[in-house]
Amino acid sequence: MERFIGKYWPVFVLPTLASFAIGFLAPFAMGLYLSFCDFTTISDAVFTGLDNYVRAFSDASGAFLHSLWYTALFALLSTVVINVFGLGVALLLNRRLPGRDLYRTVLFLPNLIGGIVLGWLWQVIFNGLLNPYGVTVVTGEWYGFWGLMLIMLWQQAGYMMIIYLSGIATIPEELGEAAGIDGASPWQTFWHVTLPMLRPSVTICTFLTLTNGFKLFDQNLALTGGMPSGRSELLALNIYNTFYGRAGWEGAGQAKAVVFCAIVVGIALLQLRLTRRGEVEA
Amino acid sequence: MRKLLAILIAGGLLLALSVIFASAENDGAEAPVQQTAPTQPPAQETSGGQVYYLNFKPEQAMQWDALAKRYTAQTGVPVTVMTAAADTYEDTLRSEMEKAQMPTLFQVNGPVGLRTWREYCLDLSGTQLVQQLKSDEFALRESGQVLGVAYAIETYGIIYRKDLLEQYCRLKDAVIAAPEDIDSFAVLRAVAEDIQKRRGELGVQGAFTSAGMDASSDWRFKTHMANLPIYYEYKAGDVNVSDAIQGTYLEGMHKLWDLYIHNATCAPTLIGAKTNEDALAEFALGEAVFYQNGTWAYDSLIQAGLTDEQLGMLPIFIDAPGEEEQGLCTGSENYWCVNKKASEADISATVAFLEWCITSDEGRKALAHEMGFVTPFKTFDEDYTADNPLHRAANTYLQNGKTPVSWSFTTIPSETWKNNVGAALLEYAQGTGDWETVRKAFVDGWAAEYQAANGR
Repeated sequence: MERFIGKYWPVFVLPTLASFAIGFLAPFAMGLYLSFCDFTTISDAVFTGLDNYVRAFSDASGAFLHSLWYTALFALLSTVVINVFGLGVALLLNRRLPGRDLYRTVLFLPNLIGGIVLGWLWQVIFNGLLNPYGVTVVTGEWYGFWGLMLIMLWQQAGYMMIIYLSGIATIPEELGEAAGIDGASPWQTFWHVTLPMLRPSVTICTFLTLTNGFKLFDQNLALTGGMPSGRSELLALNIYNTFYGRAGWEGAGQAKAVVFCAIVVGIALLQLRLTRRGEVEA
Repeated sequence: MRKLLAILIAGGLLLALSVIFASAENDGAEAPVQQTAPTQPPAQETSGGQVYYLNFKPEQAMQWDALAKRYTAQTGVPVTVMTAAADTYEDTLRSEMEKAQMPTLFQVNGPVGLRTWREYCLDLSGTQLVQQLKSDEFALRESGQVLGVAYAIETYGIIYRKDLLEQYCRLKDAVIAAPEDIDSFAVLRAVAEDIQKRRGELGVQGAFTSAGMDASSDWRFKTHMANLPIYYEYKAGDVNVSDAIQGTYLEGMHKLWDLYIHNATCAPTLIGAKTNEDALAEFALGEAVFYQNGTWAYDSLIQAGLTDEQLGMLPIFIDAPGEEEQGLCTGSENYWCVNKKASEADISATVAFLEWCITSDEGRKALAHEMGFVTPFKTFDEDYTADNPLHRAANTYLQNGKTPVSWSFTTIPSETWKNNVGAALLEYAQGTGDWETVRKAFVDGWAAEYQAANGR
């Protein structure tokens, strides 16, 4: 068997490697190169050095920097909110409640709806709710911010709940029992037994929510489209608008995308390292 | 049992969702709509060239498709028409231009759009397209070359419900006796404010439809309304492009915007959520009397249940000196361009196709009657004019010696300028910004964007 694999490994590895190279590595390298070019269509690019990066940050209105901190704040807050809620619901639905499976299913379902549809649906709902107060979801940047927060919570909490539920299922029951016999309160059991045992789930869930928060695009586009005055524009939408919305700014948009990519990769790696450190074995 | 229930419910919801998805995908804005692709070039093909038209107007997609089929049947030259979904034309064009079979015929939206694609535009001088133009202003010129030709002339203004406005005129103490009496901003304001005050008596909810600042509607203001102060400034300075606008007539637009938002079907704070469909519905349902839009809206208005007799169009007044002589806003922002980078054979096939469109009986019939275009070509005589009350209104103003307002907005330096002005108008209406922000976006923004677009 081993000799077989030793001889034929290219047959197994090459198709995946080739599609990875064509579908990911090549576009990535091209994108990186294009961020140093002036171009309209990607086949007529002219090398211009760091010009695009200068333009990306010196954007007259400061829109890029605004969406940078706006996005960072959104990603951080949504990570906390979604995970607290997801874990809370998971703990609740781990008990023997009537209709438990139904609740789990219903909570998970929003995750199956596409972002544009979702953003649009909630836009109608929010505007309907806000109408009596004479405001809309685009009245100010914080309306859009909390609106997006609600949407993401509604959409992702169920998904995180499933991951937490499966994490809880792997915790041996004896641990909780032993803690109870030793006189630990339910809170102490949760804090000192359940949570440390859930660290792998916490790692994956915070990773997913944090990167999702940074990458958020569809819901942003459909809910506010960046209104008012681009102040509810998250990073991804800002990049999209720079690339497609401004003639001659394709390169600057590309440069922003590279910066964006570096930020997301950096934060994701840092976060993985930090949360992994606390993982324990039973 | 509980499990079965859960599975059933989940299944049902999934089914419903997949239906939503399927319909969402059908009218999704992502994919360009492939309208027709004649499979094989017929055998009698002579030149070897073919036409690939990337169409900008989804409203006329079917008609182009049919026309292409007829042309192919007659001449054997394959014509492919692809229509970009609404609002994605630039994106689609950009990706199509990457392909080996790139569009041979595409569109730019005036001098600013031309800046992006000038390397791709063939000089059309000498072709029938240019020779048959009624006026040189419909040719898109740059350094002596004709790089684009307008093919559809459109008109916009304040469309009004004739029946409702006449009903208002019959009210006691009405400000005017007939709709035609509205010939200046002062009169328009008096009428609109009176209608707003007596809306209960008239059975409407406001004088104007909601001035929606949603993306489906904001161009009516950030582009079309903003055209008027630009037009008057150009006219006063006797220029047709500027690198720094002064905003001399901006105060007039301020007055008009105030009139629009304070005499409408909804509170000014709510316009951020209002769409063009909202405005159209309000207008069709008789909730409002005035609706700023243009001839392209005619089909939608008829589909919404209105009849020709109910429609009329007024000029947009901004209290500029001499505006009693002002007509409707007439122009074009859509120009045909032939792709210079296509093969020799494809280029001649494309030019031949366009010449056929504007000279042959079939082509003219399709453009004028099926697509409803008013074209700028001499070949379209009386038998080939689109006929609807909005076009007729434009003609009437012209015949009465009023000066049409040209589409100066095609010289707006960038899309970003429009977006910033639109955003400032919205914030002003919501009360989260002041008029000074609008002025800055309009005046300072113009210079900055002009620099950004041309200075490099």
